[in-house]
Amino acid sequence: MKCQDCGKKEATHHITQVINDQKVTLNLCEECAAKRGFRNPLEGVPFPLAEFLASMLSKAQMKKQPEEADVVCKACGLSFSDFAKAGRLGCGGCYVTFKEQLDDLLRKVHGSTRHRGKFPNTKRDVMKPLWEENKLQEELRKAIEQEDFERAAQLRDQLKALAGKK
Amino acid sequence: MFEEMAKKPAVWLSGEGSDSQVVLSSRVRLARNIANSPFPSRADTDKRESILSFVKNAVGKSEGLRRGTFVDCAKLDDLDRSFLVERHLASIELTRCRDSCALFIGEEENTSLMINEEDHLRVQALSSGLEIRKAFEMADQMDEELSGSLEFAFDPTFGYLTACPTNTGTGMRASVLIHLPGLALTREIEKVISQINKLGLVVRGFYGEGSDVWGNLFQVSNQTTLGRSEEDIVESLERVTRQIIEYEENARKRLFSEAEDQIEDKIWRAFGILKYARTLTSEEVLNMLSAIRLGIGTGIVKSLSLPQVNEILALSQPAHLQKYFKKRMEPGERDRIRAELVRSKLGQ
Repeated sequence: MKCQDCGKKEATHHITQVINDQKVTLNLCEECAAKRGFRNPLEGVPFPLAEFLASMLSKAQMKKQPEEADVVCKACGLSFSDFAKAGRLGCGGCYVTFKEQLDDLLRKVHGSTRHRGKFPNTKRDVMKPLWEENKLQEELRKAIEQEDFERAAQLRDQLKALAGKK
Repeated sequence: MFEEMAKKPAVWLSGEGSDSQVVLSSRVRLARNIANSPFPSRADTDKRESILSFVKNAVGKSEGLRRGTFVDCAKLDDLDRSFLVERHLASIELTRCRDSCALFIGEEENTSLMINEEDHLRVQALSSGLEIRKAFEMADQMDEELSGSLEFAFDPTFGYLTACPTNTGTGMRASVLIHLPGLALTREIEKVISQINKLGLVVRGFYGEGSDVWGNLFQVSNQTTLGRSEEDIVESLERVTRQIIEYEENARKRLFSEAEDQIEDKIWRAFGILKYARTLTSEEVLNMLSAIRLGIGTGIVKSLSLPQVNEILALSQPAHLQKYFKKRMEPGERDRIRAELVRSKLGQ
């Protein structure tokens, strides 16, 4: 069977669509199928995340400081407006430069601005109090989940003591 | 390249592990960046090359990783690239890279490292069946070993720093590839998906981000990475997956009590098509295999096993097929050869 669009190549894509209760079958070659927008899932599609992030940011941040000069990360040269466009940060330093804006964004995306997971093993000594706090928080979460309130109370006291030391 | 590898399906499709009748595989990946170095998209070739050599050096020092293979992604042709994506070893983004990108494939092929993708490093572990914890433990061990010789970009408040703010914190994405024909046939799938979304998990198609749903295969993964521990992410994905399995099993029971003849007919028709068709597209194979997998799970099909179904699933993908027969084929020829391959596998 030849492709119904170009009439030249062999039709390899047989697509059935239902439009207004009418069944329509298309017999297309690969090129013509691509032209009509039927794509191979492996070819990937632009991910809307960047747009999504940008829209969140533009609402939250762009309005606040339309007149102010664009903030630029000293370490990698990425400007905040570049980030808002692409949705990707340039380096670890960006997290310091754009901290204020990121706090807001991260809260919206994750519902939190505070890491509760593991620490790299090289940082566990240097950042011991924070690391311990995270571990206690995790145990507390588990204790509450298991309804072990005695243990939860103990853990809360330990967390308070730790906060007192700081 | 990869012709030898293409002879067999990936280990994560072995059909082993817990609940493998519904859950094909579990995957965990961790996003990491090297401290004080721009992320790949802001790094020039020299910087990307130096990241690559840091990682190679760290892998060489790691007892558990040493014996794998490095693949220079810039040297791959389009077929090699598609093959790696089909095998879930590399992301589409990695295979699109311009220069200084690499993929490290662990000895058993259940672990891989993507270097200079969106982040400097993506540590990945795969396991057959519902084995999220096992996959996490493998990924975590690689992370521990690598962090012995690499200093990762980390902030005590924000956690691991990543190029995309949606990965900040643990940098961890855990996912399961799950087969839900019962929920699809009873048209309850949308309801279940919206429930899953409410629980902070995302549902995608077979090939992940942005891909279509084929063969009733869905990928479920955590949405957030900040504010929760790795343990918490593993536990909640496991809990929700068990819940989905229960919904799926209930849907199947209902299907059989209400429409047993139609379902049985659907399964055997799929079997007939695969056994006798002269041309098959990969989408058709996935959809027919979905019915057969349902047939195996419900005890209707006894002449085939899950590993056999998984083998056909893996080998009939476009790049796998071309690697398996060691030649490039146009889509039309592929459909003929695919039908031949499926017939021969079912004839055994």
